[in-house]
Amino acid sequence: MQTIKGAISGVSGSTVTVKGMDGARMHTVAFVGKDGLLGEIVRIHGEQVVLQVYEDTTGLSIGKEVVSCGKPLTVRLGPGLLSGVFDGIQRPLEALRLKSGAFIKKGVSLDVLLDKKWEFIPRVKKGDAVEPGDVVGIVRENQIIEHKIIVPPPSVSSPLNKGGIRGVVKEVRKGVIAGDEPVVILEDGSAISLYQEWPVRQPRPFKERLSPNAPFLTGQRIFDVLFPVAEGGTAIVPGGFGTGKTIVEQTLARYAKSDIIVYVGCGERGNEMTEILTDFPKLIDPSTGLPLILRTVLIVNTSNMPVAAREASIFIGATVAEYFRDMGYSVALMIDSISRWAEALREISSRMEEMPGEEGYPPYLATRLGNFYERAGKVKCLGNNNRTGSVTIISAVSPPGGDFSEPVTQASLRVAGALWALDTDLAYRRHFPAVDWNKSFSLYYNSLKDWFLKEVAEDAVLLRDCIMKMLEREGELKEIVQVIGLEALQDVDRLTMELGRIVKEVFLRQSVFNEADAFCTMEKQYWMMKCIIQFYNKAKDAIGKGVYLEKILASPVATRLMRMQDIPSNVFKQRAREIMREME
Amino acid sequence: MTLLTYEYQSITGISGPLIFVEGAAAGSLGEMVEVCLSTGEKRKGQILQMMEGLAVVQVLEGTSGIDTVSSKIILKGETAKIGVSLDMLGRFFNGHGEPADGISPIIPAARLEINGLPINPAARDKPAHFIQTGISTIDGLNTLVRGQKLPIFSGAGLPANEIAAQIVRQAKVAGGEKFSIVFGAMGITSREAFFFKNAFEESGAVERTVAFINMAEDPAIERLFTPRCALTAAEYLAFEKGHHVLVILTDMTSYCEALREIGSAREEIPGRRGYPGYMYTDLATIYERAGRIKGKEGSVTLIPILTMPDDDITHPIADLSGYITEGQIVLSRPLFRKGIYPPVDVLPSLSRLMNLGIGREKTRDYHRGAADQLYSAYAKSRDTRRLSAIIGEEGLTDMDKRYLKFADEFEKIFVGQGDADRSIDETLKLGWKILSILPSTELIRIREEFVEKYYTG
Repeated sequence: MQTIKGAISGVSGSTVTVKGMDGARMHTVAFVGKDGLLGEIVRIHGEQVVLQVYEDTTGLSIGKEVVSCGKPLTVRLGPGLLSGVFDGIQRPLEALRLKSGAFIKKGVSLDVLLDKKWEFIPRVKKGDAVEPGDVVGIVRENQIIEHKIIVPPPSVSSPLNKGGIRGVVKEVRKGVIAGDEPVVILEDGSAISLYQEWPVRQPRPFKERLSPNAPFLTGQRIFDVLFPVAEGGTAIVPGGFGTGKTIVEQTLARYAKSDIIVYVGCGERGNEMTEILTDFPKLIDPSTGLPLILRTVLIVNTSNMPVAAREASIFIGATVAEYFRDMGYSVALMIDSISRWAEALREISSRMEEMPGEEGYPPYLATRLGNFYERAGKVKCLGNNNRTGSVTIISAVSPPGGDFSEPVTQASLRVAGALWALDTDLAYRRHFPAVDWNKSFSLYYNSLKDWFLKEVAEDAVLLRDCIMKMLEREGELKEIVQVIGLEALQDVDRLTMELGRIVKEVFLRQSVFNEADAFCTMEKQYWMMKCIIQFYNKAKDAIGKGVYLEKILASPVATRLMRMQDIPSNVFKQRAREIMREME
Repeated sequence: MTLLTYEYQSITGISGPLIFVEGAAAGSLGEMVEVCLSTGEKRKGQILQMMEGLAVVQVLEGTSGIDTVSSKIILKGETAKIGVSLDMLGRFFNGHGEPADGISPIIPAARLEINGLPINPAARDKPAHFIQTGISTIDGLNTLVRGQKLPIFSGAGLPANEIAAQIVRQAKVAGGEKFSIVFGAMGITSREAFFFKNAFEESGAVERTVAFINMAEDPAIERLFTPRCALTAAEYLAFEKGHHVLVILTDMTSYCEALREIGSAREEIPGRRGYPGYMYTDLATIYERAGRIKGKEGSVTLIPILTMPDDDITHPIADLSGYITEGQIVLSRPLFRKGIYPPVDVLPSLSRLMNLGIGREKTRDYHRGAADQLYSAYAKSRDTRRLSAIIGEEGLTDMDKRYLKFADEFEKIFVGQGDADRSIDETLKLGWKILSILPSTELIRIREEFVEKYYTG
């Protein structure tokens, strides 16, 4: 591909117009001005093209040179991604800090993933036939993750690798090798190295999509029991400011049962990213006993960093997630927040003077969002040995004024399988997670029922439905009480109200600051439900026999029920049995 | 450094605060220009956009009197910068960084770009130090920490300025550390300007204050520069000189209106309520400059004040700010009417970084639980109040009545502290006193051992 050179003819915010770019290809990168700022071609009009520039454009002037080599925007994939923190165009931020200081200067280019050598352990030998997706060897990237080196899949938009690499192995190297050196050479001369490049806007291929039949466990009761998301599904978390979207995202990044976490801080706060960066190396993953950072990749584009890079960041995140999926891992892709991505899209669109759709967003907002969310999924990976991997997307949405009717929330809702709607009023009461149980839903629940019946208990689904019914009834009664007062209710109804309160306070509310409760095992979740429902049934019987409600509520069992959260997961089953015995 | 200067006498159009200059090909985006009028008057401007053969320039001091025949522009060859040095302390500047106190300009130790650069998230240090403001609703329930950005959401006529002045007066950082205040005012009235001058003088803070003031009668475009000048000075003091800097910006609503003015003059597609679609990003480039940096001693803590039009928290200015800042202190008109000062409505107020500044060794280990309990109890008692208004007090249970008492005491004593400067101990002790109005079985958000130890009911 030859290089094309043009000259700047206009600059407005993050978009730059360039003349003399005959033959430039859509969605390929170009370097702008003497600093070589990275940009991507987003519109072509004859010899004039429009670039969205991923760095600050201040200081650019008319006539400066722009160079395009016809390569799409790619991300470099390979060992070294884990524990890393990258910006919206995959520059390693730690290396950037060492090179240019505490503030991000523009026009600094850095080699990604080339700073380290890795021990390569081959899994193929001379004479083996390999095809895209096959594992040729592994690198033990850290104590948790075995980084599989796979034959790069074919990519339609990349000139590097159109048909995919396949053939017979001619040479295998082992030992300590740098990322760009070949580790396996095939007979036709093509080489496989530790890293591969992949165009960010193109989903990585797989053999087939599998139907989601296992839940993505989060250790948070309201998500796991009431509104579960399947592994390979998508959930959106919309909420006004201060409702705890980021806390939900961060809690899931900590406790979710997932091999890899890719966390994209898209247009959010710098201090929040710092919190992850400083906490995750210290926080211990309960299932492995090792620091959480070892399974985490962070992509950070804070709100004050260039807007166009924010637009690219979620696609970088999706590509990294798919790369680990292709190794056969379950990956969670956390986006905080998709609305900032949409706003970046809107800003670029308006700078290009496109006809706006609803609320100024471009009309293709929903299509692009759909394309992005569809990168989630549970799949059978390419390659000979049968691997399944999944990407689960959990995406925060920040609707202006907390109004869910706005375009980004609505477009997300059309494709998301679960809605965890955050409510301002609950947040004001410091009821966290502030998930509104009336508005939220999960489309995966029915297909996950079998899993709950098999893996948890035979009555797990029944108990869950009881809890939902109780919340529903409590909501109705609450409206009645608003008119006639609590005193006027029958004892049974008052009992339902009290139990509704317990469900909300004890079961649904879960504090990340309470060590015993921050992560709740499925077993504890189940026994908590069982205790509450049993208490309800026993109390109802007692009322039927003429016992006063006040007496029931003042009993020590009720107090113990209210304090159930503080019992650690590992001894919960036993303690729950005690509580239930006491109820008798 | 080039000695060549570019001059253009080719102004082809003027619209609102913008002028359009043809053929200014040597100019670059963001570059400062000097606009020379035929009267000899000189004004400052900045290039906002470059189109084929046309530069769009915003003029800080307004476009009145500029013509297309004899006025000309001179390119300055650099982006907007201000000179900074320690001599800034104790001085007053206008909205774009020139001395406004009649004393000669400072001798700059450095000239810095007012737009600043984004802090590398990997270089940020986690905020961890509690700032005692002496105000219970902040210290106890929405703790401020160093490096945080915590705005005050006010309404017309509510005493946000008084609260800001009280924080300046009472804010305490550990002894011996260098502490200074940077004050950026956008579109404030002369009455407000006097109030702040007096407040700084009375509290003895004037020697450690740098003020950038754009008055209500000053040109609106200058307001876009004021917060950036203030934060540039703050960054210099914090990260070069090791000061702990408290930045107060008032009023962000005037700033956003200036932004809207420019947006509509540029014929941009407006977003919600006519504000530009990029307002979130623009505000972020201001708010995100608060923080701490690894290996540097100082910190920038930011308290922006904004007026919610019609007390509407979903208005784009408040809404977008709330999405960027780390919490908000919301003022309430009903409390103000009841004569409660500071009238902080705790329910919508929030400090996202609170947990980093509280707990064992910082404040108290029960702090989180106690704050949560006060919140949920107050939320519940407000519901009860509403219920009692509908069905009357006779319909209430005994428990409901205790909650009503709780709400009254909470507002009157805990919130309504007046001008008092309360230590964190006093605040928390008061919290227990009020919680003890309720039966101890209601306090399930606090760990049992603490309830046993501190409950006094």
